Amino acid sequence: MANITKEEIRKPENLVYKKTDLLTDKALSYCPGCGHGTAHRIVMEVLEEMDIQDKTIGIAPVGCSVLAYDFMNIDMQQAAHGRAPALATAVKRLHPDKFVFTYQGDGDLAAIGTAETIHACNRGENIVIIFINNGIYGMTGGQMAPTTLPGMKSSTSPYGRDVQTMGNPLRITELIAQLPGTIFVTRQAVHTPAHVRKAKKAVRKAFENQKLNKGLSFVEIVSNCNSGWKMTPLKSNEWMVDNMFPYYPLGDIKVNE
Amino acid sequence: MKELRLMKGNEAFAEAAIRAGADGYFGYPITPQSEVMEYLMAEKPHERTGMVVLQAESEVAAINMVYGGASCGKRVLTSSSSPGISLKQEGISYIAGAELPCVILNVVRGGPGLGTIQPSQSDYFQSTKGGGHGDYKLLVLAPSSVQEMADFAGLGFELAFKYRNPVLILSDGAIGQMMEKVELDEQKPRWTEEEIIKNTPWATTGKTKNRERNIITSLDLDSGKQELHNISLQAKYREMEKNETRYEAISCEDAEYLIVAYGTSARLSQKAVDLLRAEGYKVGLLRPITLFPFPTAIIAKLADQVKGILTVEMSAGQMIEDVRLAVGCRVKVEHFGRMGGIIPSPTEVVDATHKKIIGG
Repeated sequence: MANITKEEIRKPENLVYKKTDLLTDKALSYCPGCGHGTAHRIVMEVLEEMDIQDKTIGIAPVGCSVLAYDFMNIDMQQAAHGRAPALATAVKRLHPDKFVFTYQGDGDLAAIGTAETIHACNRGENIVIIFINNGIYGMTGGQMAPTTLPGMKSSTSPYGRDVQTMGNPLRITELIAQLPGTIFVTRQAVHTPAHVRKAKKAVRKAFENQKLNKGLSFVEIVSNCNSGWKMTPLKSNEWMVDNMFPYYPLGDIKVNE
Repeated sequence: MKELRLMKGNEAFAEAAIRAGADGYFGYPITPQSEVMEYLMAEKPHERTGMVVLQAESEVAAINMVYGGASCGKRVLTSSSSPGISLKQEGISYIAGAELPCVILNVVRGGPGLGTIQPSQSDYFQSTKGGGHGDYKLLVLAPSSVQEMADFAGLGFELAFKYRNPVLILSDGAIGQMMEKVELDEQKPRWTEEEIIKNTPWATTGKTKNRERNIITSLDLDSGKQELHNISLQAKYREMEKNETRYEAISCEDAEYLIVAYGTSARLSQKAVDLLRAEGYKVGLLRPITLFPFPTAIIAKLADQVKGILTVEMSAGQMIEDVRLAVGCRVKVEHFGRMGGIIPSPTEVVDATHKKIIGG
């Protein structure tokens, strides 16, 4: 590489990538190495590319992404724990011309909000659900989630998840794919550039489905929680590939055209 | 032109909500208020006005649908009965915290627990003292007739939007189920999208280039800011106390004894007042119409005039605490009530007035 100066790098003609204006300039509150930032980015990039910022209403959950509205430069509502799909249902019914999405973690969507999730999906609400699955309650300090793997340690399963007494991890995405109301159900990841591109394509498809009034699109993103898992970011991504992906295999689960 | 009809309280409320220009109703069936959603579903308001009616999977989902709709500046409402209202408390607290306007109807039945499906007034504390977590107040309207069930739908929206605060209509199984003649207002148009943007500039309607994004939340992790938010909520509640206290004073001018009662209890207490006056006793009735704000000042004033006060409630005595706070220790304040879904008869109230106030 030739000696390229900082000044030269910053010249507009050398600009190869720029943060979308749909992300605010506020520093993310997520731990360094966490997948949330990338997931936020691809959702906001899709909204920018579709030019629907002025028509989109996002619903933030309770959990690590409770402050998503600080980072997403769109109109947003903050929901009670697990209730985002209920809010989104009403927003979309009352504003059929708007784009509506929820952004939820696994504790929010697959534990306390299971009923709201299943019924919004079953009614085929014409919304997009972005589901971040990192197998743990990150914000409250690493407790066992409905998606915590068998044997996986957390602060409330300090000896590892014992499926005999704590139940098995819930593959809610496969369950949701069974419901006639869902049109597109997919599982993605954002730990490598190739995966980010694929995940972004899936998010785009989900919003395009909403544009065509096709029904509910559900995009799971399997992510890491290096803090909660007590690993370095790199190690957590390797652990995710080795342990999370076998239980939560990536790919489209349901694609109805 | 007003329209005269014979209707159940629950139906009158539903019809009046359509006519008040409501945008959406979200509910879940529970006795004795299921007629509200049944009436709305049969009436197809989406064909009349474009109003959305949706049966949710639970009371929890229904109140959160109300949260979502209210966040968009829409006129949204829900209805339920006591156990269902308990389930809604989480959402009500969020709605109060995020300062969203909405109307909630509670057609009260006896508790605690699954209790009974018969009428009761045992949710007074829950309605006026919080209900959910945090320091907040609902504006509480207490109808005592089918007419007021209809009137309070429109008034509820008016007050909810004036204060950006949830309004609770605290009815009971008797008023929800009984039929009376009711005068219905003319159909008001629903707000257009332009009117919503003008009237509720805070609402999430989609961020346009010419404004900052709108965020609906009850969260502020900065304790200093959260305290300021609480202070502003309390200031709003004081404004409500100043401007919105409503009551009806019946035969109070010359009263030597006073009955305080709301809702169904006020109806049968009015009959008791007539019976007592026929016996020669000067008894008046003070009927609070707003339970928050509570008509403290008029009760305090009447306390200087009367020899004793009886509160009549279909509960173990809940409103009596607010009456006693208003009265201090100046005159005797006693309670008479029935529980478990039993409505007392006017003669029982007459006997209680003799025993606890006049002769006591």
